[in-house]
Amino acid sequence: MELLGVGPGGWGDDLLRGAWVTMQLALAALSLGLLIGLVMAGAKLSSLRPLNWLGAGYTGFVRGTPEFLILLLVYFGSETAVRSLIGALGFEVAFEMPKFLAAVLGLALIFGAYACEVFRGAFQAVPKGLMEAAEASGMSSWLAFRRVRLPLMWRYAIPGLGNLWMVMLKDTSLAAVIALDELLRIAKIAGETTREPLLFFIAAGVLYLIMTALSDYGRHRIEQRARRGMPA
Amino acid sequence: MSIYQDIKIAASDGVCAVIGPIGPALFEKNCPRFIDGFWVTIELILFASVIGLGVALVTVLARLSGNRVLSTIAYAYTYVFRGTPLLVQLWIFYFGIGGLGEEGLGPLLWSFFKDGWNVGLLVLILNTGAYVAEILRGGIVNVPKGQMEAALAYGMTWLQAMRRIILPQAFKIAWPAYGNEVILLLKGSALISTITVLDLMGQTRTIFSRSYDLEIYLYAAVFYLLLAGLITILFRRIENRLAG
Repeated sequence: MELLGVGPGGWGDDLLRGAWVTMQLALAALSLGLLIGLVMAGAKLSSLRPLNWLGAGYTGFVRGTPEFLILLLVYFGSETAVRSLIGALGFEVAFEMPKFLAAVLGLALIFGAYACEVFRGAFQAVPKGLMEAAEASGMSSWLAFRRVRLPLMWRYAIPGLGNLWMVMLKDTSLAAVIALDELLRIAKIAGETTREPLLFFIAAGVLYLIMTALSDYGRHRIEQRARRGMPA
Repeated sequence: MSIYQDIKIAASDGVCAVIGPIGPALFEKNCPRFIDGFWVTIELILFASVIGLGVALVTVLARLSGNRVLSTIAYAYTYVFRGTPLLVQLWIFYFGIGGLGEEGLGPLLWSFFKDGWNVGLLVLILNTGAYVAEILRGGIVNVPKGQMEAALAYGMTWLQAMRRIILPQAFKIAWPAYGNEVILLLKGSALISTITVLDLMGQTRTIFSRSYDLEIYLYAAVFYLLLAGLITILFRRIENRLAG
C-alpha cells in the first residue's frame, strides 16, 4: 500500500500528476475538436459540392478507422510532414514532434468527426419557422445565426457532445502507446519498476473511473441547465 | 483446426495473388501479413460480438430481475467496464493478472493468461458485453410497460414474458445501436496489438517498424474501412428485414 503513497518510494503523486496530464490532454483536444467539428459541420451543410465531399470523406474515414491507427498516423505523419517542410525550406534541424501536441491533434481529429455529426443534427433541429421569424424581424442572416440558431443549437448538441467527451476522456489512454507521460503510461512505468503491475494498472483504472464519474455528474448538470424551459 | 488453417493460408495466397500485383510494391511484399492480420481481426470481432451479446443478455436480465444482489452485480460490472478505457482493461488482464505468472495463477489459469489472444478476446467480450447490456436496457425500457403486465396477467413467468414478448421487440429497437457498437468493437480491437496479438493492427505495426513507411498505415486503414463498411451493410440489411 505504501507504494501508492506520496513522496519518495511512493507513486501516488506521480499517478496524480499523470491524471492531471490526462485531463489537460482531454481538455485541449476538446477545444480543438469542437472547432474542427463546427468547421466540418459547416462544410457538410454548405451548398458547395467539394466542401460536402471533404466533410463526408473526413467523417467517413475517421468513423471507420481505429482511433489507435489515427493516433499513430498523426504522430508519425506530422513528424514526417514537418521534417520535410524544414528540409524544403533549406534548414537542417532535427525535429521531433512533441508527443502532447501529436496526441491532442489526433484526439481532436477523432472528436471533430463525431462532433461534426452532432452539430449538423443540432443545426437542423432548430425549427425553420424561428429562423424565418428572425429574418422577418429584420435580422441579417449572420445576426440571426448568432442570436437565434447558435444558442438553440447548443441545447440540442449538448447531450451528444457529453457522450463524446466521455469517449474521448477514455481514448486519451492511447497516448500511453506513443510514450506520452499520462496516467496509464505512469502506471505502466510504476508497475515495471516495482514489479507490481496489477496494483498500478488497477490504481490507474480507479482514477479513470473517478474522472468519468465526475464527468458524468458534470454532464448531467450541464444538460439540465441547457434543457431549462424546454418541454420534457 | 488444421484444415481450417490450411483454408486460411490458401485463401490468403489466393487473395494476394489477385490483389497484390495491383497494389504498390510495398503492399505486394507485405500482402500475406495483412491478410493474416485481417483474419485474426475478423475472428476476434466475430467471437467477441456473439459471445458478448450473450454476456449482455445475461447482464441485462440480472439488472432488471428485481433481485437486489443480481442487479447490483450487473450494475457494477457495466459501470466499471464502461467507465474505464479499454486499453486499461487489456493491460490489467494481460500485464497485471497475466503478470502474476504460473506461480501466482496456477497451471490452469496460466495456460489461459499467457496467450495474448485469449486475454484479448476475454477483455473484448467483457467490454462489449457491458456496452451492449446498456443498449439492450434502453431497448427494453422503450417497450411499453403494459406489455409486460399483460404477459404476466396471461400467466407467463417473468422470464417467459421477457423471452417471448419483451426481448424480441427490444432487439428491434436496439438493433441500429447494436450495429454501431460492433463498429466500435472493430475499432477497439486494434488495441489488442499492444498485448502481442498479431491482428491487422499488430501486423501493420510490425511492418511499419521494419519499413518505417507511413503508407503502411493507410493500407491498414483501407482494410478497416472495408470491414466497417461490410458490417454497416450487413446490419442495414437485417434492419430492413426486421422492419418488414
